[in-house]
Amino acid sequence: MAEEQDGTSTRARFPVGIAGEDLRFEERDLPAGEPPPWPPNDGLAVVGKPTPRIEAKQIVTGRARYTADVQLRGMLYARRIVSTIPHGRVLAIDTSRAEALPGVKAIHLMERTYDGPRLRDPAAEPPSRWPTVRYVGQPLGAIAATTPEAAEEAVRLVEVRYEPLPFVLEPDAALADGAPLVYPGEVETVAAGTAAPVPMRGNQRGPTRVARGDLERGFAEAELVVEGTFATQVQTHCSLETHGVVASWDDGQLEIHASTQAVTGFRRDMAQLLGIPPERIRVRAEYVGGGFGSKLATGGYAVLAAELSRKAERPVRLMLDRAEEQVSTGNRPGARQRLRIGARRDGTLTAVQLESFGSAGVGTGAGVGRAAGWMYACPNFLSEQSDVFVNAGPGSPFRAPGEPLGVFALEQLIDELAERLSLDPLELRDRIDTRDDAAGAQHRVERRIGAEKAGWARRHAPGADPGPVKRGLGVAQALWPRIVIMPAACEVAVSRSGRVELRSAAQDIGTGTRTVLAQVVAEELGLSAHQVVVRIGDSDLPPAPLSGGSNLTGSLTPAARTAARQVGERLLSVAAKALRVDPAELALEHGGIVTRKDSRAVMAFAEAASRLGSGGLLVRGERKEDYGFSGQGLRGAIGGVQFAEVAVDMETGVVKVERVVAVQDCGRPVNPLGLENQLNGGILQGISWALYEDRVLDAGTGRMLNDDLEAYRLVGPREVPRIEVHFIEEYRARSSTDAGGIAEPANIATAAAVANAVYNATGVRVRELPMTPRRVLAALADARPRSE
Amino acid sequence: MSASPPSAVSKGEVPVDAAAKRGGTTRREFMALSTGAIAVAALPFESRSAGPPRPRVRGPGPIEIELAVNGLPRRVEVLAGTSLSEVLRDRLGLTGTKIGCDRGACSACTVLLDGRPVSSCMTLAIDVGHRQVTTIEGLATARGLNPVQQAFVTHDAMQCGFCTPGMVMSCVALLAHNPRPTLDEVKKAVGGNICRCGTYPKVFEAVLAVSGGPPRR
Repeated sequence: MAEEQDGTSTRARFPVGIAGEDLRFEERDLPAGEPPPWPPNDGLAVVGKPTPRIEAKQIVTGRARYTADVQLRGMLYARRIVSTIPHGRVLAIDTSRAEALPGVKAIHLMERTYDGPRLRDPAAEPPSRWPTVRYVGQPLGAIAATTPEAAEEAVRLVEVRYEPLPFVLEPDAALADGAPLVYPGEVETVAAGTAAPVPMRGNQRGPTRVARGDLERGFAEAELVVEGTFATQVQTHCSLETHGVVASWDDGQLEIHASTQAVTGFRRDMAQLLGIPPERIRVRAEYVGGGFGSKLATGGYAVLAAELSRKAERPVRLMLDRAEEQVSTGNRPGARQRLRIGARRDGTLTAVQLESFGSAGVGTGAGVGRAAGWMYACPNFLSEQSDVFVNAGPGSPFRAPGEPLGVFALEQLIDELAERLSLDPLELRDRIDTRDDAAGAQHRVERRIGAEKAGWARRHAPGADPGPVKRGLGVAQALWPRIVIMPAACEVAVSRSGRVELRSAAQDIGTGTRTVLAQVVAEELGLSAHQVVVRIGDSDLPPAPLSGGSNLTGSLTPAARTAARQVGERLLSVAAKALRVDPAELALEHGGIVTRKDSRAVMAFAEAASRLGSGGLLVRGERKEDYGFSGQGLRGAIGGVQFAEVAVDMETGVVKVERVVAVQDCGRPVNPLGLENQLNGGILQGISWALYEDRVLDAGTGRMLNDDLEAYRLVGPREVPRIEVHFIEEYRARSSTDAGGIAEPANIATAAAVANAVYNATGVRVRELPMTPRRVLAALADARPRSE
Repeated sequence: MSASPPSAVSKGEVPVDAAAKRGGTTRREFMALSTGAIAVAALPFESRSAGPPRPRVRGPGPIEIELAVNGLPRRVEVLAGTSLSEVLRDRLGLTGTKIGCDRGACSACTVLLDGRPVSSCMTLAIDVGHRQVTTIEGLATARGLNPVQQAFVTHDAMQCGFCTPGMVMSCVALLAHNPRPTLDEVKKAVGGNICRCGTYPKVFEAVLAVSGGPPRR
C-alpha cells in the first residue's frame, strides 16, 4: 500500500477510525524504513484473532520457572531483618548471636535506604550509621544461611536497639499542627531531577498545582454547582509471587533472577546501586508471578541478596514472605479529595476544582490522577494535590496510579450533576465528553454499545426498586494516556531448519506479552503464533521497556514487526531466486511461500529457510517514535466505559455486584482472548477495591494487622459477577501496529461504576471505600432523616 | 481463619478421625501439640514419668520417610515440621507446586492426597503416610495433557500463572468426584484459590467446557 515519494518518507494509506462506525482510509506520511500499514484486523490472519497464550502448556504443567523456583547449587536462603517499631533511631544492631548460629553464612546490614524518598539534607537528622526507621517492617539488613529455618532463626537472634520517636499513622492527624514529623526536613525522590521541587510543610508535601483558565469566573458563570468529599483506602498489590531474587556472582559477574516488571531497568538500577558497570550484570525473569506496578522499581531486597551472595561467595535466594510483601513492597495510596464542579443548565462545565490529600505512607506519589481536568471539556480548572507522610509502608504504582481514585470522585459527581439537571447520565456525557485528546470518540461509541448490552433503557429512578434487596445500574468511564517507552528492540532469528525465534529483554508478567509478539511475527511470516518461539526475560537480549503504564504492547510490537518484515523479505528473496521468479510475485502465507496472484503454495517455509546463509538469519528491529508523535502524552489516549449492576441488601448493607458490561478500546486489538482475560482481571480488582480490600494498621504499634491473604480480603470466585466485555477496533495510524495495552484502563472505571450503581439502587451516595456493609448501613441511616 | 473461604479451610484440615487412623497429625495440630510438649517438658521429672503412656516420639532430628509422588516412591529426610510443599519444591525439585502465603489461605500449593485436594503448605510431610501424592507435574501423561489442563490452555484460564497449578488441581479434584458440576459448584471448588490477576471467569469457562455442559446455574 506504500508508494515511494522521496528518500526519507513515503505516502501510505492508513486505516483510521473505529471499525463498524467511521472506519476510513487516509493518506499519511510513512517514515522511511517503516513497514507499510496493515489493513484493519479483518484483513489479517493472526493479529486480531483469539490466540491462547503460547507459554500456556508450560504454566499448566508446572514447568514454568519463576524466580521462587530457581534452585542453584550451594544456594543459600536469606531472610530480612526488619524494624519492629514505626519510628525511631537505630542505636545499635547486635548480630553476634546470629553469627554464631550453625548454618549462617553471611550477614549484611543496610547503611542507607533504597526504597522511598530521602532527606535532601541528611544533617536534618543526628548522624547515625544506620538509617532511621520510619515504618514497621522497614528492612535493616538480611542474613543468608544454609536452610530457610536457620536464616529465620538467625534473624530472630538479632538485637536492634532503638530510640523510639513519636509516630503518626492517620493522614488527618499527620496534617495537624504539632504532629510527629515522619521526615524532619525536605525530601527528594529517587527519580528527582525532572520535575520542579515540591514544597513541603510538616508532613504535607505539596500541593502540586495544575491550573488553567479562571476558576473564579468559571464558578461565577455556573448555574449549578455539585461538590463532594470522597475517601479511598489503601490497597495492597497481593501479587501471588512475592518480590524476590536469586543472586549469584561468578568472577565479578552478577547474575540475578528477579521477579520484576522491568528486566532492562533492573539491570540499570542494580549497576547504579552496586556501583558496577551494567555489562557485569545479567537479569533474568523467565516467568513473573504478577506485579500490578509493585515490581517496577528495583528494591533494596535485591541489593541485600547481591551483597550477601558477594560475601558468602554462594548463590543467595531472597524471597519475601507474605507479611513482608503486604507491608514493604508498595500499595495503592489512600486519599481524601474534595471535588467541585460548576455547570450551566445545558450541562456545559464552567469550572472544576480538585483538592486532594493522599498518603503513600513514607513514600510519595499519592495523587488522584488527571481525570478531573482531562476527561470532560472545561475551560477553567484548578487541581491541588498533596502527599501526606505517615509512618506506614511506602506506596508504589498500582494499575493506573491515581486514576481509579480520581474517577471514583469525578464520575460520581457527573452522575449527580446529570440528576440535578434532569439529564440521563449518558446524555450528559454525550454533551461534555467532546475532547478528541481524551478518547471522546471512543467513549461515545462505547457508551452506546454498552448501554444496549447492559439494558440501560430499563434503568429505574434512584431507589425505585421496592427492596429489601434493591438493584441498580451505574456507569463510569476510564481514560489513560498512550505511553510509549524507548528503547524498545527485538531480534528475529530464523535458523536453517526453519525455527523462528523472537528475542527481547522484555518480560511477561501475565499480560500476554509473549503471545502478542509471536502474533506480530507470525503475521509477517505467514505462520501461526505457536510456530514462533519467544525468548524474553533476559537482560542480555535487546533492551525493552518495562511492563507498566500499559505501554509494552504499543512500544514493542512495532519493533517486532520491523524485524519480522525484514526476515520475511529475505526469505522471499531466497525463495524467488530458487524459483527464478520476481520476489514481488511471492508472499508468506499459511506456513509457506505462495504466489501473490493465486495463493498457490510454491515452497515450504522450512525449505526457504534452508536456503539462507550458513548461520541462518538474524535481524534486529528498533522502535521508532509514533508517527507524527511529539512526546509522550494524550494523543491516542485509551478510553473504556463500564456498566455495573448491583444488588444492595437494605437490611444488611451487603453490596453484591451481579453484572459488569465493559466496552474497551486499545487501538488495534492484537489478541482478543488475552484482552478479554485482562479486562476481566481489571474489573475484578476494581470490585475488590470497591467492596472488600482494606489495610488495617494497629493504632498502638503501627503494625499492619491483616498482613496476610485471609484477613486482607480479596474478591474471591464466589463474588465474581457475570462479566461481558466487548472490544472496539480503533485505528489512528499511531505506529506500524497501531496497538496498545489495556491493563490500566481495565481497572480505572469499575469502582466508580459500582458506586453509581449503588446510588441508583438505594438513592444514597456512598463516597467512601470500601463499601462494606457497615459503611453502607451508616450511609443509609444518615440519609434517612433527610428523606423522611 | 474465619475470614477465609470455607473451602480453603477444608483443604488445610484433614478430619481428625482420618489423621488418627494413620497415626498422624496435621500441621496445625502439630503446632498445638508442640506447644503442649513444651508445657510437659517444663514439669518436674517425677510428674512427667507418672503420666499416661507417651506416644511414639519422632524428631527433633531428621527422619527418613518414603512418599509416593506421582506414582513413584521417593525417599527423603525431613524434620518433623517440614511441610509437604517444602519437600516437593526444595527436595524433589517439583516446583510446579507454588507457595503464595505458606499458611493455607491462597491454595496455590494445592496437591492431591489420594485424590483429595489439600494445601501442601499446611500438610506435614511426616503425615502423608502411604497416601498417593499427585502434583501438577503428575497430571499429564505420555498421551498428552489432562483434559482440565487442556481446557485451561484453550480458554486462556491463566495470566501470570502462579496460581494456575493450584487452580488446576482443585478443578481436577472437583471433576473426579463430580463430572458435571454447575457453575456454583465450580465456584465453590475453587473458593479457596486466590487469583489476583482475576482469571476466575476463564477458569469457570474451562471447567464447564471439560464437563461437557453449558454453564448451568
